[in-house]
Amino acid sequence: MAKGRVAIVAERCKGCGFCVEFCPTKVLALSSTYNSKGYHPPEIIALDKCSGCDLCGMYCPDFAIYGWKVTDEKPNKAVAAR
Amino acid sequence: MSTLEVLPQEVTNPVEPFLRTERIPHIWCPGCGIGTTVNSFARALLETRMDLDKVVVVSGIGCTGRVAGYVELDSFHTTHGRAIPFATGLKLANPSLTVVVYSGDGDLSAIGGNHLIHAARRNIDIKVICVNNFIYAMTGGQSGPTTPLTATTSTSPYGAYEPSFNLPQLADAAGAVYVARWTAFHVRQMTRSMSEVLKKKGFCFIETLSPCPTLYERRNKLGEGLDTMRHYKEKSKVRNGAPTSEVALGMRDDIIVGKFVDRERPDYSELLHHQMITQLGDKYVEAPACSCG
Repeated sequence: MAKGRVAIVAERCKGCGFCVEFCPTKVLALSSTYNSKGYHPPEIIALDKCSGCDLCGMYCPDFAIYGWKVTDEKPNKAVAAR
Repeated sequence: MSTLEVLPQEVTNPVEPFLRTERIPHIWCPGCGIGTTVNSFARALLETRMDLDKVVVVSGIGCTGRVAGYVELDSFHTTHGRAIPFATGLKLANPSLTVVVYSGDGDLSAIGGNHLIHAARRNIDIKVICVNNFIYAMTGGQSGPTTPLTATTSTSPYGAYEPSFNLPQLADAAGAVYVARWTAFHVRQMTRSMSEVLKKKGFCFIETLSPCPTLYERRNKLGEGLDTMRHYKEKSKVRNGAPTSEVALGMRDDIIVGKFVDRERPDYSELLHHQMITQLGDKYVEAPACSCG
């Protein structure tokens, strides 16, 4: 059972590969599909390994990916200061 | 692949409330690290739970100068090199604001170099985040004051021969109360440093190294943005508290990162009030707080 999940906003991605390189558990790989700008967004190749650490989300320069932990049924929705 | 297929409705990206999402995708190149630093900055705002109506981002001109247009805060895109003067005015007119200057190395240390050292000398309560990509990226990759020796740029085709600035040493010598350097690879440390400066009073300076794959890396045959991130990972040595004179950057040398300076010094408005009270005594009436905030 995966401890975390990861969501990818493919249309924002520019295919830099930071998330793929720095994922500690190697959940991601660059896909062969294209988004509408012609970049290759990442795809999930090993979801069961995802720890939900959100390091991919911290590295992403395009705010196109983020992870979250699934300790309970409802994922924690981030609340901003306003 | 449509966005709706992969994006669960119930979860949102935690940094999204801090961004003008209608303007994204941004203009920065694939592999550029500026977006990563903005990501860290948004997370620092999230961690510190700042009142976002009281945080202002001021940017100059350049690639990093575009940051002001992407953050969902009051922001100011100023003239070239003059981000710090605008920020100084903002802070003096409305001292309740947290003023963040977010700009590049060319803007802050070349055309705005004088403002940088004098704001540090006066210890004006602004937070400077300087993204250093070693060149003037937006105008075509000219060499600047941070370009390391022997680097090839569009204006130094046979290699740069001028000695370059060591920005942490410059800020330290001029009197900054907080000086740190991280790279786009050190996202957690950078977020922690940004959280610290948002809570610290006085002139704070964070230098963040960022890949510029389109101009710097390509001309110097250093690969892509990801290769530079790997280089940062391999070559970075964390030395918190290191003397800033020992942290100069070379072309492919080790990169000393860390928090170098964290000290206390009275800031400009304190000194101003002290002087006024000393000179005028009871006649001194403090200006009313700005009601425009």
